[in-house]
Amino acid sequence: MSDNNALLRVEDLRLYFRTRQGVVQAVDGVDFRLGYNEAVVVLGESGCGKTSLARAVLRLLPRNVDTYSGRVYLNGTELMQMGNEEFRRNVRWVKMSMVPQAAMNALNPVLRVGEQVAEPMTAHYLAGKEEALAQARRMFQHVGVPVDFLNRYAFELSGGMRQRAALAMALVTMPNMVFLDEPTSALDVLTQANIFNVLKRIKKDLEVSFILITHDIATSSELADRVAVMYAGQIVEVSDARRFFSDPLHPYSRMLMASVPRLKVDQEPTFITGHPPSLLGPPTGCRFADRCPSRFEKCMEEPPVFEEQGHEVKCWLYA
Amino acid sequence: MSVDVKGREDVRDEALLDQLGPERRNGALLSIKDLKVWFELKRWGFLHAGYVRAVDGVSFDLHRGEAIGIVGESGCGKTTLMKTILGLYEPTEGEVAFAGSEVDAFGSRQMRSYRGAVGYVQQDPYGALPPFMTVEGILEEPMKIHGVSDADERKQRIRDVMAEVKMTPMDDFLDKYPHMLSGGQQQRVVIARAMMLEPRLIVADEPVSMLDASVRVEILRLLQGLQASHDLAVIYITHDLSTVRYFSEYIFVMYAGKLVEKARVDELLANPLHPYTHALLAATPDPDYRNALTQKTVPPGEPPSLVNPPPGCRFHPRCPHMIEGLCDVEEPPDFEPEPDHFAACWLHR
Amino acid sequence: MRNLREILQYPTAIIGLIIILGLIGVSIYAVVALPYSEAIRLWRGGEDVWSKNPKTAAPTWVNLFRRQDLPATIKVSSEDESVEKTREVVTEDMTDIDFFFTFDYLYHGFPREISIFFETQYDEKNPHVSMTWLTPDGREIRIGSMSLERSATYRVSQDSTLQRRLPGDLPPHQALFAADPEAENPEALQGPYTLQVSAKVFEPEADVDAELVMYGEVHGIAGTDHRRRDLSVALLWGTPIALAFGLLAAVGTSLTTMIIAGVGTWFGGWVDGLIQRITEVNLILPTLPILIMVGTFYSRSLWLMLGVLILLSIFGGGIKTYRAIFLQVKESPYIEAAQAYGASDARVIFRYLIPRIIPMLLPNLITLVPGFVFTEAALALLGLGDPILPTWGKVINDARFNGALYQGNYYWMLEPSVLLMITGLAFSLLGFSLDRIFNPRLRGM
Repeated sequence: MSDNNALLRVEDLRLYFRTRQGVVQAVDGVDFRLGYNEAVVVLGESGCGKTSLARAVLRLLPRNVDTYSGRVYLNGTELMQMGNEEFRRNVRWVKMSMVPQAAMNALNPVLRVGEQVAEPMTAHYLAGKEEALAQARRMFQHVGVPVDFLNRYAFELSGGMRQRAALAMALVTMPNMVFLDEPTSALDVLTQANIFNVLKRIKKDLEVSFILITHDIATSSELADRVAVMYAGQIVEVSDARRFFSDPLHPYSRMLMASVPRLKVDQEPTFITGHPPSLLGPPTGCRFADRCPSRFEKCMEEPPVFEEQGHEVKCWLYA
Repeated sequence: MSVDVKGREDVRDEALLDQLGPERRNGALLSIKDLKVWFELKRWGFLHAGYVRAVDGVSFDLHRGEAIGIVGESGCGKTTLMKTILGLYEPTEGEVAFAGSEVDAFGSRQMRSYRGAVGYVQQDPYGALPPFMTVEGILEEPMKIHGVSDADERKQRIRDVMAEVKMTPMDDFLDKYPHMLSGGQQQRVVIARAMMLEPRLIVADEPVSMLDASVRVEILRLLQGLQASHDLAVIYITHDLSTVRYFSEYIFVMYAGKLVEKARVDELLANPLHPYTHALLAATPDPDYRNALTQKTVPPGEPPSLVNPPPGCRFHPRCPHMIEGLCDVEEPPDFEPEPDHFAACWLHR
Repeated sequence: MRNLREILQYPTAIIGLIIILGLIGVSIYAVVALPYSEAIRLWRGGEDVWSKNPKTAAPTWVNLFRRQDLPATIKVSSEDESVEKTREVVTEDMTDIDFFFTFDYLYHGFPREISIFFETQYDEKNPHVSMTWLTPDGREIRIGSMSLERSATYRVSQDSTLQRRLPGDLPPHQALFAADPEAENPEALQGPYTLQVSAKVFEPEADVDAELVMYGEVHGIAGTDHRRRDLSVALLWGTPIALAFGLLAAVGTSLTTMIIAGVGTWFGGWVDGLIQRITEVNLILPTLPILIMVGTFYSRSLWLMLGVLILLSIFGGGIKTYRAIFLQVKESPYIEAAQAYGASDARVIFRYLIPRIIPMLLPNLITLVPGFVFTEAALALLGLGDPILPTWGKVINDARFNGALYQGNYYWMLEPSVLLMITGLAFSLLGFSLDRIFNPRLRGM
């Protein structure tokens, strides 16, 4: 994938937070590309910084930011230079939006669902009230919620429907790309399958790109075109789905895949001993080294990103 | 390895112990017969407005050393079933028998014995631990409640159990507070606490769903090890079929308050008999890139309300194989189309 | 559990803490330097204790704000080294005892009063004494003569005969000091003065001692009240009383409220309902009028008031707040786990629920203290304060009753009021900071 074809290009993105215990280097030099009409999964366990990555790109920053640097190109336009107001008006929720974690619980209980879904349109002066509601209705149809639910309140909808309403809200302004942060972690298997069916359909019909952030490896395969694995604030592998789910490159990815219990194939799952380093003061050298079975001397030095058959790996094994 | 429990009447009821013979399959450790747990709905605080039939006719036997997984989606009643087994809810109808005696008929002393004999491992490892107590304090509590008054005895028992859940070096952990531990370590403390009183049965509610993928298998293996070394019966309550298949012998599928299929794991996976089980299996993904290319078949609709379940088979409104006039009229009993494989579905009449 | 060092990050908390520590220090000093019985004795004391203080004199530090200093009380006693006492045996039956009270008077203004206190020892025959006043500019003024009882007080200022004898229209305590008694605006003559006292005793063993007291316009660090009592006694002793009252009431109320809320929330059902209804009724009941009724019809003892106040405050708004938190905490998984391993209801409430609430309790408690301190002061102000104990409220009451503000004795009303305000401020500052620490949602504000 060449750079020119990228909808989103992220270079050396850093986001550090100031906390009482010190500086948390949540996103620590991430390079990343998302193509048009592509779904990329950012896979990682808790504390690896994947939610912070989404926040960094969308500039949804808390008050205790220590460092926020790097370059973000959306359709060729560099975003980090933009002022906050311009970003808010023209980029956030207009070109890029997000379905945050537990979005179904974040719906306003005192507003009707239709109004909420329509709100991004009116808030960004993209449409008047009538047209916004019509757009909301269209989105409800896309996500598969019956349109008469537009007039209901959030508590009247089931969990799965609320998640779909949140998805409709993220799509209502027809953005180019949507971040999905753990979209189905609180949902049952059948509802989850339904949501992914919806996502697949929308990707095809509306030609939207998705960045799916999750720790659930099995469900990530439902949508992924490419997979980026995040560990301790860094991206350690980017491969296409076919490669990743059959034979991943990075030792961490391999061990992760081995730890997934499989239903249809008899394969005893394993686990990874130890735990990821704290983002407060990440170690020098390769951050996975102390848990890696294949480590060797060179791993004391931080590996750069190597290219391997069109995929990217941050591991000395592929030098 | 254990605390000397003889002579301490608060800790064990002799009658209970007597009933538990050394033979593994002699009698069921836990026997549930036609259990119903209904909650009354009240309008305006006192007017009767129907019942939530959370558990509506569940029967099964569990023997020492056996692990079963109860699988179902949210709202199917598995949590209520679990809490009834734990003694936190009272059955409305039907029988829960532990080691041959009905739990319903237990006096307060026997009830306490029973509570000590059933260990509870919860889903949220951090929430399950009081945040203001150290690990040592947390682990001492069950023993203090059950009358182990000698502090040294308690300390020794704690050390024994910590070794079993592999939290070593122990002194590193004993005076830590829960928020200082990782998710996996917290869950080990929860398991240790459940093991404190030498239980016969462990009930684990989604024990690993809030842990990272790389840690899950470690904890499940730990439970498996404990099961083997202590001849424990284990009930896993979960909605994740792919995890539970490796850690239990039997799987029971629960839907709308009833068990719709019961079978050994391999048998269930190879040959699902109930359409709901079939749908669950089809919807559970394995990591495979081809998943992104196809749409999954999902039964339409939602699980039914437990207040007004549909007549006949509860799954019939969503079932692709529904038989008119039968499935929507009469509730199917448990059929046994294959040996030791039960399905409550008219397809197998 | 919590890092209490966090407190030091909040300047308001530090200020509050310093003030509170200061108040505690004062309380300890008060109790140690003036034991309880002594303090009561002093405060209830009358002429015998306080006779040598001026009435309603301002504190000495007001002089800092004046161009001309107001005179302070000057006492010269025959036992002082500076006083010459001579004893001359004239005959077998008569001995002359002479005193020379010399002092420097450096003020422009006049003392409030002048009194001479005599202590005599004799069997049957009263001593006789005569006094002469010597001014710096050499005038000799004969003051008078009298015979003495065992303890006699000669109030120079009230001697009308003397007043008539002296030039001008000024009262004796001013005339004796005036440079020019007949001037329009008389001023005191500064310089060394001598009071010569000649006593005659008629028994060999008899003796006479005297003390000259010139009452100032200012006296002591806190001034005096209408009964000549040094206010510093009341202010000093008022501190531990205020703190004790406030803290005891706050702690007693908070703990009890928390426990009751916990019990009610845990058991739910009619127990909870009953507690809530009692609370709601109690919230409507007016606290102060009830206290007034108790004080008027029954007894004004401080401890009784404290008890009734706590009783009325227990079922207060705190119950609702704690209940809300308890309801949340009750749902925690670890509570369920405790029930599963057989914890009794009492154990759950006291070992598992309440420890979660205690961090919330602390700031609430501290913020409650000022309210109780003020209630006690309010009661005293209304005349229902404890009759025996010296409290700040009592001082304010006395001040008000004796028209302090109308007569220009502002210090009398201001000193206890300022102390009350400082106490309230200190606890509030500390309480709000603690609230920010223990309630993480307010952090960063």
